[in-house]
Amino acid sequence: MTSGAIDIGALQGSPQRRRRESLILRAFQLAAALSVLISAGIVFSLLGEAIVFLSNVDLSQLFAGGWYPRRGEFGIATIVTGTMVVTLVGMVVAAPLGLAAAVYLSEYAKPRVRRTVKPILEILAGIPSVVIGFFALTWISPEVIQRFFNDASAFNMAAAGLGVGILVTPLVASVAEDALRSVPQALREASVGMGARKRTTTLQIVLPAAVSGIVAAFIIGMSRAIGETMVVAIAAGGTGGSAFTVDPTGPGQTMTAAMTALAVGSDQVRGTDGTFQSLFFVGLLLFFITLTLNILSERFVRRVRQKY
Amino acid sequence: MASRAGSLTASDLVAASLHGRKRDIGGGIFQALLILALFVSLLVLLVLLYDVISGGISVFSERGADFLRGRLSIVTAATAGVGQGIFGTLLLTVIVVLVAFPLGIAAAIYLEEFAEDTRFNRFINVNIRNLAGVPSIVYGLLGLAIFVKLLAEFTGGRTALAGGLTLAVLVLPIVIITSAEALRAVPHSIREAGYGVGATRWEVIRSHVLPSAAPGILTGTVLSLSRAIGETAPLLLVGAVTGFLASGGASLYEQLYGGYTALPVVIFRWASLPSQDFRALTSAAIIVLLALTLTANALAIILRNRYERKW
Repeated sequence: MTSGAIDIGALQGSPQRRRRESLILRAFQLAAALSVLISAGIVFSLLGEAIVFLSNVDLSQLFAGGWYPRRGEFGIATIVTGTMVVTLVGMVVAAPLGLAAAVYLSEYAKPRVRRTVKPILEILAGIPSVVIGFFALTWISPEVIQRFFNDASAFNMAAAGLGVGILVTPLVASVAEDALRSVPQALREASVGMGARKRTTTLQIVLPAAVSGIVAAFIIGMSRAIGETMVVAIAAGGTGGSAFTVDPTGPGQTMTAAMTALAVGSDQVRGTDGTFQSLFFVGLLLFFITLTLNILSERFVRRVRQKY
Repeated sequence: MASRAGSLTASDLVAASLHGRKRDIGGGIFQALLILALFVSLLVLLVLLYDVISGGISVFSERGADFLRGRLSIVTAATAGVGQGIFGTLLLTVIVVLVAFPLGIAAAIYLEEFAEDTRFNRFINVNIRNLAGVPSIVYGLLGLAIFVKLLAEFTGGRTALAGGLTLAVLVLPIVIITSAEALRAVPHSIREAGYGVGATRWEVIRSHVLPSAAPGILTGTVLSLSRAIGETAPLLLVGAVTGFLASGGASLYEQLYGGYTALPVVIFRWASLPSQDFRALTSAAIIVLLALTLTANALAIILRNRYERKW
């Protein structure tokens, strides 16, 4: 330090400081890498028990006419169909409502309206699904479904589907709104400059420009609806098991509800003869379906981002 | 489009003459439909709140604090309460805060501040986004296989600790994603100013980036907490008690390593009972749960609106 020149060591800072720096980096890196461990944990824990299930169970039982795990009947088609019925009903509600809300918020609402309406939608999104499930059973089922379909049972898939739709609407709205808002303003201005009305601009310029983002919103909504558990477990009935059915006004069993039924049944998830492992097999199926949908929607979202 | 006589503005006049004085009826209907859709969503929220409150308010007026203190029961509605449920939910929340928040924020800091654009780091990013979309019941299976069975020595099986860890893993991706977004919003000039005066990366993060991003991070973590409070399905799988829970006077250690229940689990169990008495109790329990989650949500929204900064 006596000479005027600065040596490299002085620029590098104190070794203690550098050591602390690299220690912190390692710690943070570890935290981030933990997420990979979680994914691996999910895949291996599901896969392991699912393989045990498949090797123990009589494979013809997978195509049985119903889902009665305690009798050894594991008709996968029954619960997959149930999930599809509930998801379909849910999306019939959530897709138009969510999209319309998104279009209104992004194209029509004044900033002040937006600022008050958006938090309300967020509050709706924050309502726990177990609450929506109770609402579906005690209000939607008697006040809506049974009013339109006189012979509907108290537990029915349509009520569960409507509940799921309520739950998914804010999600669809928020993803679709992001897509609409990322459409460049110049496109709207060009359209209005040509003399197009607001509605024409919205329907023929903005919506087509945002279509992949809107598709992504629908797919994310679907994935969420498929994985939704508590609404279906409470409102769709089908505790213990269900025969194959596509009738939305009757009780039914979905993949997720089948899992909770196994978990809270009288003999709990200790299970003998494959009931315990069947839980993981259904979980694996659910995991792959939702993962595929999520990856697909991610693709669509990225397409919007690349374009603008 | 309907211009009131006497208050015609210039733009109204221009619009009217451009539209050839034809009223845009279709456009009006279209806009009305959009508003209707929004209105339906809001109406559902109102009906839900009304239904729950009108169903459960009698429990509070008749039993008051007794209901809030009461023990879990599925047999005697007159004495059943949500005391154990509230306690369990708070215990689980504490575990989530202690485990998921530090880990999640640390991971977000790594991904936003340290990570270079390598293939591995991109993989971590994609992986976290996919984890956020995994259905919660699948996390229940993970908890069942890992925390309840594999790590039984450490967690003691179907205990509050295993339940809390499962919920922590469930909200971890959300904490990471929202924290990373908050960090990304901090402009680069702030970091460069720090480096300019000779601070190391960690020093810049600790004293400049984190304080600037704190409101955003807080908003995200509070939202994820509200998600954890309302989560039911994974807890059913990792063995939250649904019928009867012995307790009373246990130490914190015994609570952690003992059976537990949680508010949403209580609601689920009561909702599946046919008796009318329990229906009122369910509504009352929902009021308590909504009070917790909506407070958390409202807090997050207020925080965001108050501290939202445009750089």
